[in-house]
Amino acid sequence: MDLSRLGLAAAALPSGVPARRCPVDSIGLLTACRVMWEQGGRLVALWACDDRDRDRGYQINVVLQDGDGLTLLEHSLQTSESTYPDLAVVFPAANRMQRAAFDLVGIASEAEDQRPWVWQASWPIDCFPLRRDFEASPNWQPGQEEYPFVRVEGDGVHEIPVGPVHAGTIEPGHFRFQVVGEKVLRLEERLSFVHKGIEKRFEAMDAATGHRLAGRISGDSTVAYAWSYVQALEAIAGTALPPRALWLRALVLERERIANHLGDLGYLGNDGGFAFGLAQFSRLKEHVLRTNSIAFAHRLAMDYVVPGGVARDLAPAAAAAMRDECTMLEREIGTLKHIYDEHEGLQDRFRSCGIVTPALAAKLGLTGLAGRASGQAHDLRCDFGCAPYDALDVRRAAAVAGDVAARVAVRFDEAIESLRLVRAIIDAMPDGDIDVPVAEPPAFRKGLGYVEGWRGPVLVGLECGPEGTIRRCHPHDPSWSNWPVLEHAVIGNIVPDFPLINKSFNLTYSGHDL
Amino acid sequence: MLHILRQIARTGIKTDPAPAADHALAVADRLQADVLKTLGRALTIRHVDAGSCNGCELEIHALGNPYYNIEGLGIRFVASPRHADLLLVTGPVSKHMAIALQRTYDATPDPKLVVAVGDCGCTGGIFGESYASLGRVGNVIPVDVEIPGCPPTPTALLQGILAAITARPPVTASAHER
Repeated sequence: MDLSRLGLAAAALPSGVPARRCPVDSIGLLTACRVMWEQGGRLVALWACDDRDRDRGYQINVVLQDGDGLTLLEHSLQTSESTYPDLAVVFPAANRMQRAAFDLVGIASEAEDQRPWVWQASWPIDCFPLRRDFEASPNWQPGQEEYPFVRVEGDGVHEIPVGPVHAGTIEPGHFRFQVVGEKVLRLEERLSFVHKGIEKRFEAMDAATGHRLAGRISGDSTVAYAWSYVQALEAIAGTALPPRALWLRALVLERERIANHLGDLGYLGNDGGFAFGLAQFSRLKEHVLRTNSIAFAHRLAMDYVVPGGVARDLAPAAAAAMRDECTMLEREIGTLKHIYDEHEGLQDRFRSCGIVTPALAAKLGLTGLAGRASGQAHDLRCDFGCAPYDALDVRRAAAVAGDVAARVAVRFDEAIESLRLVRAIIDAMPDGDIDVPVAEPPAFRKGLGYVEGWRGPVLVGLECGPEGTIRRCHPHDPSWSNWPVLEHAVIGNIVPDFPLINKSFNLTYSGHDL
Repeated sequence: MLHILRQIARTGIKTDPAPAADHALAVADRLQADVLKTLGRALTIRHVDAGSCNGCELEIHALGNPYYNIEGLGIRFVASPRHADLLLVTGPVSKHMAIALQRTYDATPDPKLVVAVGDCGCTGGIFGESYASLGRVGNVIPVDVEIPGCPPTPTALLQGILAAITARPPVTASAHER
């Protein structure tokens, strides 16, 4: 998007992908969002900062993405009474981000919907945790709020509340179904149950150790988050990475993708009434994790990605084991895909279930894996091709049906493609160092990290403080965009299909609730 | 159907031998004798995520895969705390989950066991205690066994769960009342 046409001046922004920053007033903020939307751009993230200690009031940060890269719009508000335009009229996914920004920093949008999103009555409603003068009191007890769910009225309509403690080994959240018979008329999500103060916690850490916390934002995406965090840090500090370190990071990221896709393919079979699929795919996933344990000293490769590189080199024996594993997995996944494809009972559950049409996906901003199953052909590994992906010619998975079957198909395609990438990475891995020292990042500089995790693109917005501290860190999961779309995907489906539809998206709670 | 049967036959049995119980993980002798008398080793577990990053959940899931085959040991995960003998709790306990965790504990019939999972469940981990986090599980409900690790491996989880339900010498019956 050409910002100068709007009379806006942009400056370069440190980032792992092409990025710029642009100060805007409230009209500029809304106009830039509208023009971006008209030209096919998307909302990535929105968050607020308290900059009063630097005489800058409060700041709303909005990250947009188009074919040129990322644009960070920065809008300053002088007092806490100032408001900013409701961006949900352009990008519906902004709704919850704006509500979260208010709960944490106390800056309100002009939206009609001002219900709390992060706040659940466990601290006073007029205290804002991410303000710099916030002090927690030991007297604050866990509370319970009366959340105003939207109710459907009419003959035979009833309500089913589910959660926060769910019936399986999954994360907590609340789902409120309005149903007639077994048909879902409306689903409303209430999240933030696992809000544990991650953004505040970052501010008590050094930039050089923040990757450990980043790697624990969403355990299934530990590599994507850690990489995104260090990418932002290294961009701010001006660190040039040795090529081998980047290739090793890509190796663990692809292995994280394979492990999660295998796990999901098993559970999707299971939720479709086909326990055989779970037994088979969970066996294959375990194989991947055991190889990880040998190669990276951790089954999920936590703390493998570190500032300046990676924690240990890849031993030749581990590389050989991975190559053999790729051959085994390609064969096994091929066999299982054939079994899934020809299993009528399973396909009957998958097809036409939980549909998100490409038009709806575009309108609501569906992103990542689920987006690619609904015709939203975005994948950072292809779109911006940062090293080493620029040398790997990644094939982007794509489907348009937007149903559970399409999200299953995208997982199969991506798992197979990631196996090809793992082999290609091992074969073409450059020699050299696996890490370099990272200089102390300059104070008050912002940077962005942006990495295509298995679920979708993971953004980290980082601002460093004096002496290597973290001034503000906002990690942003693609689930922020996709959770609201799940509410649409289940409309008209039957209640017993909800677990299957939910699993086909497999969104994060912890990564969203922070 | 033939493909399925062939794949089952080709896969064979993958289950590893179960590890021994690790009694060093036990932090309380609460109700041990009662539980054993009542349950033997047929145990039902209700998992509660009280604030985890989901890393521990991935490894709890792995307990069900053919390599660890937890059901082969007579242990099942159930959908309601009312059906459970043991609560497997991951954390740190977020403030927003504290009431739900307490209610889940209250809904679990006596005698019951609680196993805290992961560094966060045992100590609060990297998240610690804050305006939003109450830290370790033991700060909210009584805990019998703590399994550290970030996340603990499936083997460590099995060792901890088995420690909660197998007799250890000397067996004490001192009830640790809340």
